[in-house]
Amino acid sequence: MPADPRAPAKLSLETLTQGIWKENPVFVMLLGLCPVLAVTNTATNALAMGLATMFVLLCSGVLVSLLRNVIPKQVRIACYIIIIATFVTITDYAIMAISLDLHKALGAFIQLIVVNCVILGRAEAYASKNKVVSSFVNAFGMGIGFTVALLCLGVVREVFGFGTLFGMDLFGPNFQPWAVFALPPGGFFVLAFWLFLFSYVRKRRAAATTLEEKKHAA
Amino acid sequence: MQPDSHAFIFLNAFLINNFVLAMFLGLCPFLGVSAKISTAWNMGLAVVFVMLVSSMCAFGINIVLVKYELEFLRLISYIAVIASSVQLVEMFVKKFSPSLFRTLGIFLPLITTNCAILGLALFQTNRSYNFTQCLAFALGAGAGFTLALILMAGLREKLELAKIPDTVTQAALSLMIAGLLSLSFMGFAGLGG
Repeated sequence: MPADPRAPAKLSLETLTQGIWKENPVFVMLLGLCPVLAVTNTATNALAMGLATMFVLLCSGVLVSLLRNVIPKQVRIACYIIIIATFVTITDYAIMAISLDLHKALGAFIQLIVVNCVILGRAEAYASKNKVVSSFVNAFGMGIGFTVALLCLGVVREVFGFGTLFGMDLFGPNFQPWAVFALPPGGFFVLAFWLFLFSYVRKRRAAATTLEEKKHAA
Repeated sequence: MQPDSHAFIFLNAFLINNFVLAMFLGLCPFLGVSAKISTAWNMGLAVVFVMLVSSMCAFGINIVLVKYELEFLRLISYIAVIASSVQLVEMFVKKFSPSLFRTLGIFLPLITTNCAILGLALFQTNRSYNFTQCLAFALGAGAGFTLALILMAGLREKLELAKIPDTVTQAALSLMIAGLLSLSFMGFAGLGG
C-alpha cells in the first residue's frame, strides 16, 4: 500500500539524513541559490551564512509546527513569511552585535534569508504537517545540508581565489591567486562543477547497480 | 559622470553591477523562466513593474519608520509591501490582459519570493537614495534583470539543438552559461568612471 503523502511522516534517521544527501537543498533541489553563490567567496563567510540560515530554519520550523492547527489555511504563506522575517531580524541584530566585520561582509544577504526558498519550502512542505520534534530534526538536517553545500563552495573558492583557508595562509608568499574564483563568475563555475561531479557519481552508481543485476540474472 | 547622478545609478544597476550576474539576486526565476524568449520578456516586464511599485512604497515606508524610530520593523513591512504589490500586479494583469495572465501562470505570484525585489528595497535604503534616485535604481535593476533573462533564454534556445554529454545535467549546463555571461558582464566594470 502506498503511503499517504499528507500523513505525518514517522520520526526516523531518514528524517535527519534526507536533507543532508538525498534531498540536499542546494545540490539536488537547487533552492536558495542566491546566498549560495553570493557569500561563498571565503569559507568563513560561507560557514557564518550557513549557521545563520540554520538558526532561522530551526526556529521557524518549530514555531510553524507549534501553530500548525491555529493558522488558517488561506493566509498560511503570509503567516510563515512574517514568522521567518521575525527570526531573520533577530539573527541580523545578533550578528551585528557579535561581529561587525562579518555583518559588513555578508551585507544585505542576512536580511535576504527571508526570501530563501529553502526555509519557506520546509515550512510549507514539512513543518505545517508534522509534530514539533520531527520538524526540528528535519530542519536540523536541512540546515546541515545547506551549510555543507555552502562550505563546499566556500572552501574551493577561498583556496583558489585567495590561497587561504579560514584566513590561514596555505601556499606561502609565492602563490599567485586565481582571482576569477573570488569574483562572481567563479561562483557559477564552482557550483556547476559540483553539480557535474554529483551527477557523474550518481550515473556511475546507477550503471554499477544495473551491471550487478545483469550478473545475477545470468 | 557623478556617482550620484541618475544616469550613473541607472547604468550601475543595469550593466556594471547587474542584479543577476554580478550580485546574484533573483537566480530562481533566472534559471526557472529562461527557457523561452517570449516568456522571459513577459516575466521581465512584470518584474520591472513590481520593482517600481515596491521601490516607491518602500521609500515611503522608510520615512515613516525612521520618524517613529521603528527601523527593526523594516524587513517585515518591506516584505508585506512586496507581497501586496505583487497581488496588485496580478489583479491588474488579470483584468487587462487575460492571455498574458495565463502565459505567466505560477511565476507571477512567485515574484514575491524573488530576492531581487527585496534586495532592491534594502539597497536603496542602505544607500539613502532620494525619491527620483530610487526610481532610476528600480528601472535600472529591472532592465538589467530583463536583459540577463533574455540573453540567457536566447542561449538556451540555441542549446536545444546542441549535442551535450549525457552526464551533464540541465542545471549544471545553465550555471556554466551563466558563469560565462557573468564573466563577459565584468567587462562593463569601470564604465562611467
